[in-house]
Amino acid sequence: MTAGTIEIAGAGGDRIEAYYAGPSGGGSHGGVVLIHHLPGYDRWSKEVARRFAADGYHALLPNLYSREAPGADPDDAAAVARKRGGVPDERLVGDVAGAAAHLRGLPTSNGKVAVIGHCSGGRQAVLAACNLDLQGVVDCYGAYVIGTPPADFPVQAGGLEDQLANLSCPLLGMFGAEDSYPSPEQVAELDRLLTGHGKQHELHSYDGAGHAFFCTDRPSYRQQQAVDGYSKIADFFARTIG
Amino acid sequence: MCTYNTEHATITGSGKARAGWVALTEATVYFDHPVHAQAEHTLNIDLTGTGAAGDRIAVELTASSARELVAAIERALSKVPAGLL
Repeated sequence: MTAGTIEIAGAGGDRIEAYYAGPSGGGSHGGVVLIHHLPGYDRWSKEVARRFAADGYHALLPNLYSREAPGADPDDAAAVARKRGGVPDERLVGDVAGAAAHLRGLPTSNGKVAVIGHCSGGRQAVLAACNLDLQGVVDCYGAYVIGTPPADFPVQAGGLEDQLANLSCPLLGMFGAEDSYPSPEQVAELDRLLTGHGKQHELHSYDGAGHAFFCTDRPSYRQQQAVDGYSKIADFFARTIG
Repeated sequence: MCTYNTEHATITGSGKARAGWVALTEATVYFDHPVHAQAEHTLNIDLTGTGAAGDRIAVELTASSARELVAAIERALSKVPAGLL
């Protein structure tokens, strides 16, 4: 495996930091754009990138806060981004487009790219898949894919109901049944809308889990649900970008 | 869950960051996942000025200890002799 920090072209051609992890040697491999959660471009997110690399994929984690705080510690950069209201949707789509183009340009790319995100990144993954030509999207407990944030909501995010008709690829959704953001009712609404649009999708809600059950360094981690979830993600990637 | 809740306050004063004392102009207050504290959610405060992102002064407090801190600040201010505020 090869892993380390690189620079890629993001939205508007901006040079942004990204963490790449992928298989060494030859072959033909799919790509995974990993969107980090609200706490930022942190160690756990890089661990997840290496996990996908170990499974045989080129994984790329763009630092969405590169512009706000270049070179800063991930937690300091996240604090700046939060203070400024998060990442604008248009810029996010451009950054993911840049990451996908970088992956497709690798000599051992098979040309297929999926996007996966956790927490705020779950919503952003769906947003990207509604605006870009991708082969798969995994939404891990993304809030406000469905539903409207309150008027004083501090982060730039809104429901994606009116964009789901444009979803370009199959969707895998991983949720905790005890989560409130998104709630089980919102997950059911997502299922209903995707079915209505004839979009291929598969949603899993785990009992005994709430938000962030994949996060190994948080009390919210749920080992049994996360292990099963990763097996479903591996199966999904094998079908969509393998 | 990520609460996203964020409150802002304009402040005047100074704080000691990793590189030394800095002027502070803004406080960001939110109840959400901590980076370091051993709790699912904490009351987090970022005190910042015009310096670099790393000049942030950050604390992550349990909800009960945050309330204790607020009460202590109020007690301290209530004991200030008349005319000093």
